[in-house]
Amino acid sequence: MAMESEEISRLIKEGIPGAEVTIADMRGDGDHYAARVVAAEFKGMPRVRQHQMVYAALQGRMGGELHALALETSAPSDS
Amino acid sequence: MSENPAFDRITAEIAETPVVLFMKGTPAFPQCGFSAAVVQGLSQIGVEFKGVDVLSDPSLRQGIKDFSDWPTIPQLYVKGDFVGGADIVREMIESGELVVMFKDKEIGMAQA
Repeated sequence: MAMESEEISRLIKEGIPGAEVTIADMRGDGDHYAARVVAAEFKGMPRVRQHQMVYAALQGRMGGELHALALETSAPSDS
Repeated sequence: MSENPAFDRITAEIAETPVVLFMKGTPAFPQCGFSAAVVQGLSQIGVEFKGVDVLSDPSLRQGIKDFSDWPTIPQLYVKGDFVGGADIVREMIESGELVVMFKDKEIGMAQA
């Protein structure tokens, strides 16, 4: 089942308070999204950990009902 | 000897081979666009790697996700360390970080 981009954004912001989240629906099919997440907490954190934080915020939906979410994460200063 | 039998196989795979890609399908016949993209990236760099097809074994398909605490496939391991999934590998190829990492870890590449 597909997810709404607002729902994805909401979950990420809930899991990572203060995060800036930009979501693009890549194919307009509600199933292939790209997300850019900028959060102060990511500073100095390895990329794998940054992505794991986002996946944790999505509470198991990634790889399940959320089939494809291309992730780009960074801390506010480095881009 | 772990509680999850797939973990033993994963531990053995990443100990035996310096560069291992857990993927859907095989390097010659990837069964998913994300796996295909990583195969293509590694091939362009010219690094030798072993593709492990998670579709051939359902316990491995779930097991690698639990092992890495990572919800998606493909997953790249280098010298026993989890490097990342499709997005991270793509970023690291574009930025040149992956080549630097292979050099640091003394993994041979076909390209200079």
